[in-house]
Amino acid sequence: MNENYMFSLMAVILLFLLAVLGVDGFGLYSFFGIFVPYLSFAVFVGFFLYRVIGWARSPVPFRIPTTCGQGKSLPWIKHAPIDNPSTTGGVVVRMLLEIVLFRSLFRNVKLQFRERGAKIFYDWELWLWIAALAFHWAFFAVVVRHLRFFTEPTPGFVKFFEYMDSFFRVEILTDVVQIGLPAMFISGFVLLVAVVYLLLRRMFIPKVKYISLSSDYFPLFLIIAIAVSGILMRYVSKVDIVSVKAFTLSLVKLSPALPEGVGTIFYVHLFLVCVLLVYFPFSKLMHMGGVFMSPTRNLANNTRMKRHVNPWNYPVDVHTYEEYEEEFRDKMIEAGLPVEKGE
Amino acid sequence: MSKQTQVYDKEIVFAGLAVFLIIVTFPFWYNLVLGKAASAPVPELTKEAKAAKTCVLPAAEMKSEHMRILDVWRHSVVRQVKRVYTTPDGRDFEMSLTNSCLECHYNKTEFCDKCHTYASVDPYCWDCHIDNPKEIK
Repeated sequence: MNENYMFSLMAVILLFLLAVLGVDGFGLYSFFGIFVPYLSFAVFVGFFLYRVIGWARSPVPFRIPTTCGQGKSLPWIKHAPIDNPSTTGGVVVRMLLEIVLFRSLFRNVKLQFRERGAKIFYDWELWLWIAALAFHWAFFAVVVRHLRFFTEPTPGFVKFFEYMDSFFRVEILTDVVQIGLPAMFISGFVLLVAVVYLLLRRMFIPKVKYISLSSDYFPLFLIIAIAVSGILMRYVSKVDIVSVKAFTLSLVKLSPALPEGVGTIFYVHLFLVCVLLVYFPFSKLMHMGGVFMSPTRNLANNTRMKRHVNPWNYPVDVHTYEEYEEEFRDKMIEAGLPVEKGE
Repeated sequence: MSKQTQVYDKEIVFAGLAVFLIIVTFPFWYNLVLGKAASAPVPELTKEAKAAKTCVLPAAEMKSEHMRILDVWRHSVVRQVKRVYTTPDGRDFEMSLTNSCLECHYNKTEFCDKCHTYASVDPYCWDCHIDNPKEIK
């Protein structure tokens, strides 16, 4: 037991109960179906921009890229153009690879004591990278897939994602579980497995647990709840997808009309997504915008080629020696001090 | 030091934020620019379907469960040689897409396709049931 993850778990359970109670108990359909989605989207976009602009107000006086390779030097010294970029082009490639492949996480090592602490080892931490990559890409696929509810006609790239996502035709047909049609989308399950791994990692690896706070657990629990509710809605307690799409389309066409006969689970799913959107700009999830703003990645290492002036340098009132001598020459001569310009 | 009000690297920051805005508002402008003014589709019933009044299950249940039922039917026919489906209200049907479902719902374009296209679903029924012999067209 740990108050950090218990707190986050309780928060997610409370949010779930709030949605169930609000929809089932009080019938607040338009609040949970229309008001909350619009509000959360506005908060997400507004504060996302606000935070990024806030970061852009911080001056970056020096070039501080993390140098992961040989910097540009003499022509006969081999330069690492991506790991220590000296040009904007190199920075773009480096950023792109960082964003799509998490190269810095790939290089991550963990410290280990072996032989009862007598020896220190730095192990390559591969699983975190794999789980993070699986999680982010699966989440991306899930988001793209969901665009089918927000577009009419559904654009080709969404259909392509759906086609690729249902590539493995999984069929489990027993008396209890009957999965097969609708086709199983692998991304939802990859997302769930990866996020559960990321959670268990924080819960069971002592060193990671020690540095984990409620704000680390909360998004994980929230995303697990969103994934589970989504998976349930597709494979178990199915909802009328045509009504759902009519509703989501009405939202994006700014003429909201509530769906008829769509179960509580849909509102729970929607509400938790809205919570995620609202939570996003105020939390560590802002690394989505922050990764582009990180000066250790987005600066070219060109300090030896260009002069970078500290932007907060202010004009200093200088009193030069010439001015000083001009002012005190008479007194200096009187005192017998040497002067540069005589009488 | 006074409060910083200047935005550094304005051009690239605002260009990036513009890209972000364009992406997150995609559904809003996509439907405005390229979208069809489509309301939720209503599948057309043939006169046989209208006369039968109920399908094997009530309409609401058929809406969300028909794909699972068809899958279970196929499994039951092909793997267990059970060909008869008894509805909860005691009617018997042959577990067959062609011989039972398409008996009434032979109008694929006005019935099946309407919702499938709308919901961007591409069922593989027609991979095998190629020429759909019951469709009168």
